[in-house]
Amino acid sequence: MDLLEYQGKQLLERYGMTQSPGRAARDIDAAVAGAEEVGYPCVLKAQVKIGGRGKAGGIKIAESAQQAREHATAILGMDIRGFTVHELWVQRAVEIEDEYYAAVVFDRSAKRPLVMLSTRGGVDIETVAAETPEAIATLHVDPLTGFKPFHGRRLAFEAGVARDVVFAVATLLGQLYAAFCGEEAMLAEINPIVITPAREVLALDAKVTLDDSALFRHPANAALTDLSDADPQELMAVERGLTYVKLDGDIGIFGNGAGLVMSTLDVVAGAGGAPANFLDAGGGAKADSIVAAIEVILSDPKVRAVLVNVFGGITRCDEVARGLIEAVRLLEPAVPFVVRLDGTNDVEARELLTAAALPGVVTEPTMDGAAARVVALAAERSA
Amino acid sequence: MSIIVGSDTRLCVSGLTGREGSFHTLNNRAYGTNVVSGVTPGKGGQDVEGIPVFDTFRESVAATDANTAMIFVPARFAADSILEAQDAGIATIIAITEGVPAHDEMLVYNALLRNPGVRLIGPNCPGVLSPGEANVGIIPAQFFKQGNVGVVSRSGTLTYQIGNELAQRGFGNSTIVGIGGDPVPGSSFVDIIALFEADPQTELIVMSGEIGGSAEEEAAAYIAEHVSKPVVAYIAGLTAPPGKTMGHAGAIVSGASGGGQAKVDALERVGVRVGRTPTQVAAIAVEVLGG
Repeated sequence: MDLLEYQGKQLLERYGMTQSPGRAARDIDAAVAGAEEVGYPCVLKAQVKIGGRGKAGGIKIAESAQQAREHATAILGMDIRGFTVHELWVQRAVEIEDEYYAAVVFDRSAKRPLVMLSTRGGVDIETVAAETPEAIATLHVDPLTGFKPFHGRRLAFEAGVARDVVFAVATLLGQLYAAFCGEEAMLAEINPIVITPAREVLALDAKVTLDDSALFRHPANAALTDLSDADPQELMAVERGLTYVKLDGDIGIFGNGAGLVMSTLDVVAGAGGAPANFLDAGGGAKADSIVAAIEVILSDPKVRAVLVNVFGGITRCDEVARGLIEAVRLLEPAVPFVVRLDGTNDVEARELLTAAALPGVVTEPTMDGAAARVVALAAERSA
Repeated sequence: MSIIVGSDTRLCVSGLTGREGSFHTLNNRAYGTNVVSGVTPGKGGQDVEGIPVFDTFRESVAATDANTAMIFVPARFAADSILEAQDAGIATIIAITEGVPAHDEMLVYNALLRNPGVRLIGPNCPGVLSPGEANVGIIPAQFFKQGNVGVVSRSGTLTYQIGNELAQRGFGNSTIVGIGGDPVPGSSFVDIIALFEADPQTELIVMSGEIGGSAEEEAAAYIAEHVSKPVVAYIAGLTAPPGKTMGHAGAIVSGASGGGQAKVDALERVGVRVGRTPTQVAAIAVEVLGG
């Protein structure tokens, strides 16, 4: 789960990180009230999970309540590269003398946390990494020992941090690592860390990604919401406990097992089609959960045809067939279904489907054949 | 010969008394796996269809000489159970549990590094099947017979799909290993490919990868240096959009890394043939082994 900037900052604040005071706001009045509390000049920042906010006009400085009102009116509701702004973060403006970069990344390849520090903050760090990798000091931490004060000093000295703030930056790295582990993050990044003319060290922006699998241990984090995430199909799927990802095409996909579903998307694309979604019904899917899943797929108005591709292991194909029959009778879909079932109880499943003689439902013996068939059916309906 | 599990496996199941745990354990036993015990704290002294249950792994190992553990407990207890099994001296640990937090997996991985005799498969994996010898996990064994193709995969159902395509063309398997779809699997492609390379029964290695991480690229580098047997690969998720987690916690194209095409390129560059569909993988296997 990606956090909004202000949610990330509030999380880091709990680990002692110093920041310029700020307030979150979901409407214009709250934004003005927030500006009055933090004082002027202040910055109003659009809270969306995408970069390039400044260039899009989503970050503005206000010198007065009237300006704060004008900017909040302009930014709230604005569309930034496909994301609607529902929230603002109003923060006391700070004077900037230097900008640094710090991050802790869950490094899957090394299977350890990777801590990074650079004195070239405020810009895209991937560009820095590509052009001047020596400008980034890095360290893999043994997670059983943890991040020690000397690690922080080593990184700060290696990165060439100004001598008068070395210890403050090292401390900040320790806090960032503590937050990364304490909240079970996959990424905790501050870009930029700001050094003010008074030589204060402040976290000015925050990007935090949490591990969804660990949210059960962090109920406060699990409750964090982002209104701009609200894709109707994805919300519906979450409520029903399904693994669903919305895609751009017109062929609905129902499958079991993440790998097989990914493979199904590829085979459909290879046959010239465009999948409308990823949907993994999981292991051991029963009839009622299949009805729920089909309902989510059909709620996407772009869907012109549906492919059901199941290999039964724990999942029994006859259960899938029963669920499918129930779904078609209950939902009376206006689009055709192509069904390919193999594995546990597949013969029984095909018999059930034949006996039910559902209108608009055809079976195919192979995955490649089923993909070709569904692509042809979708194309017919778009003609 | 087979790898990881076989006729010498003596299995102890953590979470045996649970609904899923007992169902799949009894399936494994019916297949012929030597299931010697289970562990459920607080339920020591009970039994599940004649399989004795112990409170701790230590007691279980002392009483039954178990050498392999299957972890079937809920995600929040999985890391603890894996560490308990290794602490009791169990050398092969197969963790089926899905949804284990990534930090737990990282801590377990680094802890097990200090005990190089221990091999962890999973978590979030379908298990390991050596046809004709032993089945530990949830792989539907009825589709597979003994043979000379070793399969290693990040996905369960995709393994069955590929395995079934191979079976329809007459191939059997030495061992089928599901390493799981999580960010920090206990064993990687490299670990399992090394075992297949050394296994006399295995003549062809099929690896089924997917988007996310760099395990396939690492496998390619390893194959170039250390593997003499032919390898056929498949990569799922070539058309997946960046930034979206495709079901498996580990399957995400993030920034410049984890993309499917880069994996295909890395493998093909070292002479591994990559099938574009599961069906193509089987067709290539026929070409390589002469059907």
